[in-house]
Amino acid sequence: MTSSKLDSKVPSGDLYAKWDKHKFESKLVNPANKRKFTVIVVGTGLAGGSAAATLAELGYNVHAFCIQDTPRRAHSIAAQGGINGAKNYQNDGDSIKRLFYDTIKGGDYRSREANVYRLAQVSNNIIDQMVAQGVPFAREYGGYLDNRSFGGSQVSRTFYARGQTGQQLLLGAYSGMMKMVNKGKIKMFSRREMMDLVVVNNQARGIITRNLVTGELERHVADAVLLCTGGYGNVFFLSTNAMASNVTAAWRSHKRGAYMANPCFTQIHPTCIPVHGDYQSKLTLMSESLRNDGRVWVPKKQNETRKPEEIPEEDRDYYLERVYPSFGNLAPRDVSSRQAKYRCDEGLGVGTTKKAVYLDFRDSIKRDGLSTIAGKYGNLFEMYERIVGEDPYKTPMMIYPAVHYTMGGLWVDYNLQSTIPGLHVLGEANFSDHGANRLGASALMQGLADGYFVIPYTLSNYLASNKIDKLTTDHDAFKEAETRVKLADDKLFGLKGKRSVDDFHKALGHYMWEEVGMARNEAGLKKAITGIRKLKEEFWQDVNVPGTAGEYNFELHKANRVADFLELGELMALDALERNESCGGHFREEFQTSDGEAVRNDESFCHVAAWEWSGEKAAPIRHVEELKFENVQLATRSYK
Amino acid sequence: MSDATANMTIYLKVWRQASATAEGKFVDYKVDHVSPDMSFLEMFDVLNDQLVKKGESPIAFDHDCREGICGMCSMMINGKAHGGQKGTTTCQLHMRKFKSGDAIVVEPWRAKAFPLIKDLVVDRSAFDKIIQAGGFISAQTGNAPDANANLIPKTVADEAMDAAACIGCGACVASCPNGSAMLFMGAKISQLALLPQGQPEAPRRALNMVKSHDELLFGNCTNHAECEATCPKEIGLEHIARMNREYTKATFTYHEKARGGDGA
Repeated sequence: MTSSKLDSKVPSGDLYAKWDKHKFESKLVNPANKRKFTVIVVGTGLAGGSAAATLAELGYNVHAFCIQDTPRRAHSIAAQGGINGAKNYQNDGDSIKRLFYDTIKGGDYRSREANVYRLAQVSNNIIDQMVAQGVPFAREYGGYLDNRSFGGSQVSRTFYARGQTGQQLLLGAYSGMMKMVNKGKIKMFSRREMMDLVVVNNQARGIITRNLVTGELERHVADAVLLCTGGYGNVFFLSTNAMASNVTAAWRSHKRGAYMANPCFTQIHPTCIPVHGDYQSKLTLMSESLRNDGRVWVPKKQNETRKPEEIPEEDRDYYLERVYPSFGNLAPRDVSSRQAKYRCDEGLGVGTTKKAVYLDFRDSIKRDGLSTIAGKYGNLFEMYERIVGEDPYKTPMMIYPAVHYTMGGLWVDYNLQSTIPGLHVLGEANFSDHGANRLGASALMQGLADGYFVIPYTLSNYLASNKIDKLTTDHDAFKEAETRVKLADDKLFGLKGKRSVDDFHKALGHYMWEEVGMARNEAGLKKAITGIRKLKEEFWQDVNVPGTAGEYNFELHKANRVADFLELGELMALDALERNESCGGHFREEFQTSDGEAVRNDESFCHVAAWEWSGEKAAPIRHVEELKFENVQLATRSYK
Repeated sequence: MSDATANMTIYLKVWRQASATAEGKFVDYKVDHVSPDMSFLEMFDVLNDQLVKKGESPIAFDHDCREGICGMCSMMINGKAHGGQKGTTTCQLHMRKFKSGDAIVVEPWRAKAFPLIKDLVVDRSAFDKIIQAGGFISAQTGNAPDANANLIPKTVADEAMDAAACIGCGACVASCPNGSAMLFMGAKISQLALLPQGQPEAPRRALNMVKSHDELLFGNCTNHAECEATCPKEIGLEHIARMNREYTKATFTYHEKARGGDGA
């Protein structure tokens, strides 16, 4: 049964009318009163940037914080593919209802119907808004917007700006922010990291930040706090996330009372450039579109020494085509990723590390000609050559799956409010509308939906219907939070251990990747929990953080982040262990059909698992929000 | 793993400076076991790891996405912004472009408008200020007409996209003998001037941005074209030309009357 703390606050009534009804019933803040409220926005990616700009336009005082030197660099910028919108400009049968349905199904029936429907509804407003702001989306010769299709859908509904859609959307949101900075309605704090959340009278009232340049700890008070801090993929050490992407803001809010939902739901993308050495710092995604023309294979025998182009047809295993004859190389992300892992586990992996498979364009070049393939993928081939130093027109690409997106995150209700009143969570940082697996071109859509079109309504309702006392940063709660941060710093500096922060991060990443990655099982998850606990103990005895707190000290920044990743990693393993089913990105080897397909358990697990922190010494408590499906029928995904 | 190939030795001369006011100097480092597959920044990671283990202060440098799109990385490598490989940011430059035994000089971006913070890290917030002066279209959320209401020819949209590809890294400023940000600013003015949505504010935008640029101590453009040569997104000089046209046009045609209030 749904835990009493997890009231989703989904409005009653017909699915199609819920959002309109809710907007009408939400209380408004009088224009003259908006200027009396201050809102903190942490993170300036698509969710934070769009929220900050929009709230400032409405008249609120916004204090925005970002970890980079300018809000224009948030990692939303790296999204390549596109953004979905249910415009049906192609007249190919798309509709709000179809986008809603595809998203629910793609998420393997582990998301909230009402949220997903609202997401599909506002998707059209997002496209309009971004075009109005000057985003140069791709166009047809006639001047109309162009669309392309993406995995998991049968219609063309994806809007794109070359391979840089995320960048263009982010710069749109950023330009809106800059406009409001100029008008004095946004106060921008860059090179700042949120170190703690301040809760007073059970309301989120402020944050403690670190000025990353001077090291100074700062207190900021507000009437509400918005966390827009992205996902936690870097718990794996290697991921496609940016170097500074981390879980600290979310995790410390979790420790102050925000529940963490479905942390084990992570997305592993099948087509990334493989790891090439121990020194590797990050992984780079290659667009999924490559699988439209590339054939995935490994050699049939182990320890193959021939160059790939010299291996004859009969010695190659095109395993996706063999296992999934109807979908072949276009099998969905989770399925393709897992199959690549199995081949490498069998010792058939290629390249110096043996953790890669081939993606071969030989046959499509022969069929369509070099210029056609170059026209479609030229920029991707160039990028590959720049990084790997091999020419994919001549030698097959090497690819391997990598952690890419986290569907889990802080639990929020229909208003995007966490279990702490006043703390709202937007974008990838919340447990979101993607269920157990996110479809392509949906992340940008969700971030902008939350920031532009949802939070302006739900936040005004919160501010208008709650009594929020006057408060200054002299309040004891600020002092306590700041002291907590300072004590942790002192402790880190005091250890003077022998291992670097990265050593621990890599060790954690190894557990996460091996046991909490693409395929999980009970024994492995238990091993990970024990191992990570031990690693956490060692970290707090033997980590070496040089320098002082009063300077630009990157090792200190990293140490705090890794300390939180160690705790999150354990919770992810626990969450995966408790979820005795396979769904979306969560594949438990015990729960599969004889031919390796995921087996969902709707009887026992058609719910959101939201974890409550109960202190360093006690086990976290698992709460449940039951998911009710009234408009779609639960079905099994099949790709054979 | 592939450490067998990690057999290069690199001699680095790196600018170290504790803070904006401290005195800076070049410091020599020798980095062994460099793999040709490493990115330039991964080579710095290896060096920093060694420095931390020796108890020395690691070299501060800006970086984030490490896939050439966020614009955060910013190193002057052997006198070239981002190292001089065509269309490549520092994070995408790989060690296979160097030979074992090479000596490499690494400096921060140097420009009056980019004060130094530490070592190789500089303050590029002047770029935000230029954008604040007008690098936007005032389209309040919720106002927008249907996305297809304004038709934009493909060629125009493509050209706007060429300009919009700017990542705001500042290589153009760092490589310009005048420390000019005209390519950065021109790219934004040009992108928005090409699009119909950008027309209502076009004259005001050009005037305000150029004014802000000059006040922020960026120099003027004297057509060296070094910015175009080093721009990792290969943004062309034609965008500076379009900016100049927009600016000139605006000085003749645009006049904002100072009358208080909006009459509401």
